[in-house]
This record gives sequence, structure tokens and C-alpha cells, in this order.
Amino acid sequence: MSIVKKRLFWPSLILVVMLGINVFTSNQFLTIQDGHLFGTLIDILRGSAPLVLVSVGMTLVIATGGIDLSVGAVMAISGAVACLLIQDLGNQNSVASVLLIIGIAIAVALVLGLWNGTLVAVVGIQPIIATLILMVAGRGLAQLVTDGQIINVQSGPYSTLASGFFLSLPVAFLIAVAAVVLTILLTRRTALGLLLESVGGSPTASRLAGISARRITVMVYVVAGGFAGLAGLIYSADIKSADSISAGNLIELDAILAVVIGGTALIGGRFSIIGTVLGAVIIQTLRITVVALDIPDKANLLFKAVVVVALCLSQSPEFRAKVFGRFKRRPAVEKVAA
Amino acid sequence: MTTMQTSPVVKGDGPQLNKRHRSFRPNTKHVPILATLGLLVAMYVSGLANYPRFDNPMVVVNLFRDNAVLLVVAVGMTFVILTGGIDLSVGAVISLTTVLTATLLKADWPPLVVLPAVLVLGALIGAGQGAVIHYFKVEPFIATLAGLFLARGLALFINEDSIPIRNDMWRELSDFRIPLADGVSTKPIAIVALLTLLIAAVVLAWTRFGRNVYAIGGNADSALLMGLPVGRTKIAVYTLSGFCAALGGVLFSINSTSGWAGQGNGIELDAIAACVIGGVLLTGGSGFVWGTLLGVLVTGLIRTLINFQGDLNVAWSQIIVGVLLFSFIVMQRLVTRKAR
Repeated sequence: MSIVKKRLFWPSLILVVMLGINVFTSNQFLTIQDGHLFGTLIDILRGSAPLVLVSVGMTLVIATGGIDLSVGAVMAISGAVACLLIQDLGNQNSVASVLLIIGIAIAVALVLGLWNGTLVAVVGIQPIIATLILMVAGRGLAQLVTDGQIINVQSGPYSTLASGFFLSLPVAFLIAVAAVVLTILLTRRTALGLLLESVGGSPTASRLAGISARRITVMVYVVAGGFAGLAGLIYSADIKSADSISAGNLIELDAILAVVIGGTALIGGRFSIIGTVLGAVIIQTLRITVVALDIPDKANLLFKAVVVVALCLSQSPEFRAKVFGRFKRRPAVEKVAA
Repeated sequence: MTTMQTSPVVKGDGPQLNKRHRSFRPNTKHVPILATLGLLVAMYVSGLANYPRFDNPMVVVNLFRDNAVLLVVAVGMTFVILTGGIDLSVGAVISLTTVLTATLLKADWPPLVVLPAVLVLGALIGAGQGAVIHYFKVEPFIATLAGLFLARGLALFINEDSIPIRNDMWRELSDFRIPLADGVSTKPIAIVALLTLLIAAVVLAWTRFGRNVYAIGGNADSALLMGLPVGRTKIAVYTLSGFCAALGGVLFSINSTSGWAGQGNGIELDAIAACVIGGVLLTGGSGFVWGTLLGVLVTGLIRTLINFQGDLNVAWSQIIVGVLLFSFIVMQRLVTRKAR
């Protein structure tokens, strides 16, 4: 198979083109400053961490044939819980208590994921509606936690989550990489990935084959909730506050887009974590490129639409056959004639 | 769809063949709708019991007025979902329609040119999405998500601010009231929405196109092998949904006499929720527009109840919407499960 026909070739090409644009337009693409790496590339890696986390969780959910619309709300809740608890700390710079609070916030997110999973797998509600409930109610819950205010925190250890550097790489990026590597190991080095794909292919057949489809379905929603919670922490650590209205707003659509760009079908079954990561990085690069190109605010969305349309069409074999097929067919006809 | 009254036949009670049973047990495909209807009535009665002025007929009449746009959009969405697809672009098409209507009217275009123009544009956007979905095999979710970005992007590009409409025809339509009884009146937009619903119900139940929609949703491959026009029907349902969204946008612009790019944000999820609450399966092939109507009324009634409660802040009303939606869906699930 030629490289041009590989599923991820076209998305990768678009990513490379956009990165190329950034090399020319930004004055610092990749430099070393204050002892760590710095520049647009690092901005992209750091900024895409929340979306990568959410999208990887979404990939697992979609692999089982489900969908999770509540990730944005879960992000808002985990950020709100963490900021509320940190605000009450006597010493906001105490590493141990901040770590404990991060653990509590992620536990809350896991419970929310469990709620989604139970509704889908045990009660048997269609995933889009089951998670819509938390999507609607979740923002209300987050606002209730923060009492409708934006809570600001001044905690060094907490901001490290988003803006810190370790081994000259951004901490947020390292967290995302760790999550991705762990997920890939668990799904590709154990039978878990196979079981996920089988549940996505046919829950009934999997159950008859002795796979506990219900438990696996609940598990993926729990994992998606946990990843969304982590993403919410990184987001709120980045802005040093809990904003329950704009945290993770519409991120579910971007995450689903990232999953599909990565080649996972929404009907469930086969999935690709690496593809999803590529999709998420493309979306973040797109955001930064729009700024780099000085595209006016009001044309932002239009630019995004054009890139998304190009991406979708480039990935459709039917489209490629119709457009490029015209050039290839001619020699074949000549050969027959000769 | 198979019926479930087979057991008496096995028993061999030939002649008295359960006329009684039939009259007591509804057809399985009607169970979700009947359950929704029952719960809707229960919800209305609980409103009557809790709030003194809930018995005013205006409560019911206003339900149709306030949810006219959602109803029109959800009817279009029903066709798409019945074929097993989904249309996320409807909210964006609404915003583009309101912005375009307001801009063109401001530029002194005659209203009778603007109206068909924006409706045709909506249909064309839908047709484009349908064509991409059918010919290039792009997933409906993604093709219409791209449509969402495109339509809202265009709306923002035309104008980011709210544009007032000062056209006489729009003003008159906005102020016009249709008297129904003493002290009870409604707006034309509610009538337009109900007419859309009626036409859709007739088309779905009694035309060849309607049959094709169900056949494709049931199994697109079988439909193709049976010689049904799968491609044409698929493109047609997205065209229809785009048209309905544009019509919803026109209703929006009449109701608010303004155009704004932020209009209709998130209405696609409300419409999908309304369809699903009304018993339309997201996998396609099963459901009715009447169910969609009930779904719209359920979400509308939830909002009315919260308005009657009055003293709730935004956070609590979001939570209550979630809780009511949750209890409704779980009860519906229990009722339909028992019936099977």
C-alpha cells in the first residue's frame, strides 16, 4: 500500500503544512529560554493537553459504540471542586494538600463517569441522551459548587499542572503523554482493546461470547470521566481560577471531531488512540495558526470550517477516487485499446 | 416490526382470538409514544396541583408558541434520524438565516424575495451535506458538524452584532395575534409550526418517500437491494432538515424582529433530545413525528414548570432540568420495558 493511501497520511500532511506556516509566521518556533524549551511548538504541545486527554477518553467510549456529551461539564465540575478546596487551604503552596485535592477532584470526575456508565449500561438509556442529562445539569452543579462566582487561586503547586516544566518539557504535555502511553499499553498489550472493539461491534454477540459487555461499557465511561476531570484541572490551573461557564465549553464537539479525524468510526468497533492524538493536536494547531496568520476574529470559524471540510474530504476514499481517479484512469484505458 | 400477540395462537384458542387482548395491549411500536403521553399528562397534572394559575389555557397555548422553532427543527430532525443519520447544523442554519434575513431586509430587499431566498439557501445547505454524506461516505455527525462551523462561520462573518429588523411585514407578523377563545390568542408562528408537523406526519405515513425513509433507516443495504432510491432519499432528508431549520430561523427572526449570529446555539441537541424522548430511535427506522411533538412538549413543559417556580437561579434551574429529564427518561424506560 502506498503511503498516500494510508488513513492518517492526509491529516498528518495538513498538520505538517500548518506547522510549516507557524515556522514562518512566529518569531520563536522553538528556542531555549530560562533553561527550558520555549516557542510556538511548545505552546501547541502544552495547549493541546486538555483536548488530547478528553479525546482519548472519548475514543474509548466511541469504540464501544457510545458517545459522551458530558465531558465539558465534568471539566467544569472538577476545576470548580479543586479551586474551592484550594481556596480554603491555609497554605495554598503546600504540595501535599494540593496533591490530595487533585486526587479528590479526579475522584469526583470518576464518580460522574460511573453515573454516565450506569445510565448507559445498566439502565439502558441511549448514550447521547444519558450523557446529555449530565451535560445540562453538570454546569449547574459546577456553578453551585462555586456559588456562581469565579474562584481565583494563588497556588504555586496547582499552576505547575499547566505552566510548569519538568526536564525542560511542559508538565501538562507530560501528563497527556503519560495518559496516552498508559492507555495504549492497556488496550494494545492486553486483551482489553480487543474486548472494547468486540463490545463496539456487537454488545450481544460479545456477551454471548462470555465478555462482560456491561462492565466494560461502565468502565469506559468512568475512564472518560477521569480523563475529562484531569483535563478540567489543567484548564483551571492554566487560568488560575474556576470558571464554571466557559471551562470545557463545546469541547465535546472538538473531541468527537478529533476522534473521527483519527479514523475511529462513530458506530463503534475499531479505534486508534494515536489517530485521535493526531486529530487533537491538529485542532489545537489550527487554533494557534489562526492567531499566527492574523485572521480577523469574525473569520475564525469560517477558516476552521474550511480546514475541517478539507480534512473530511481528504479522508474519504470515495472523494479521492472521484477527484484523483480521473487522472489515473486514462493510461488504463489506453492499455486496453492497445 | 413483529407484533407480540402470538402466544394465544400457539395455545390454539383459534376463534376467540383475543379481541380483548388486542384492545388492551397497544402495538409495540406505539408503546414509547403512549408512555411519553401518559408521563406528559402526569407532569401537567402535577403542575396543576402545585401552582394556582397553571389551569390557565394560555399555559398550554404558550407551550406551542414558545417552542414553535424547536418543533419545526425537530420535525426536520426526525426525518434525518429515521434514516439513521443526524444533523448537527440546524442551530447554525437558524443563525445564518436570521442574520441573512435581517441584513437583506436592512438593504431594502423586498420581503417576498428575502423569504424564499433564505428558505432555498437552507435547503441547499442541507442538500450539500446530504450529497457529501451520500457520495463521499463521510459520517453524518462529522459532515453536519462541518456544516455547523461553516454556517455559523458565515453568519459571524456577515455580522457579529445583533441586527434589528424594521421591515413592516416582519413587524406586523410579529405583533399579529390569532384569537382562539376569550382571552386566549396565539402567534402565527405557532400555527406555522403545527402546519409543518401535520404535513410531515402525512408525508411520513402516506407517501412513497415516507416509506423509503423508514426502509433506509431499518436497513440501508436491504433498501438498496429492493431498488429503493437510497441516495436520493438520503439527500432529500438532509435537504428537508435544512429547509426546516431555515424556516425555524425565519420564525425566530419574526418572533424577535432581529437577526443575530448567536441565535439557535445548542438547539440541535434540544431537537435530538426531543426526538429521542418521543421514542424515535437514533439507530433509525423507528419512530413518529407525533412522538417528536410530545418530546418538544415535555422539554417545553419542564421549562414552564421552572418558570412557575420562579425563585430558581440559573444553576438550580439547569440542575432541575437535568433531574426532570433524568426521571422522565428512566420512567419511560421502565414503562416500555414492562410492556415488552
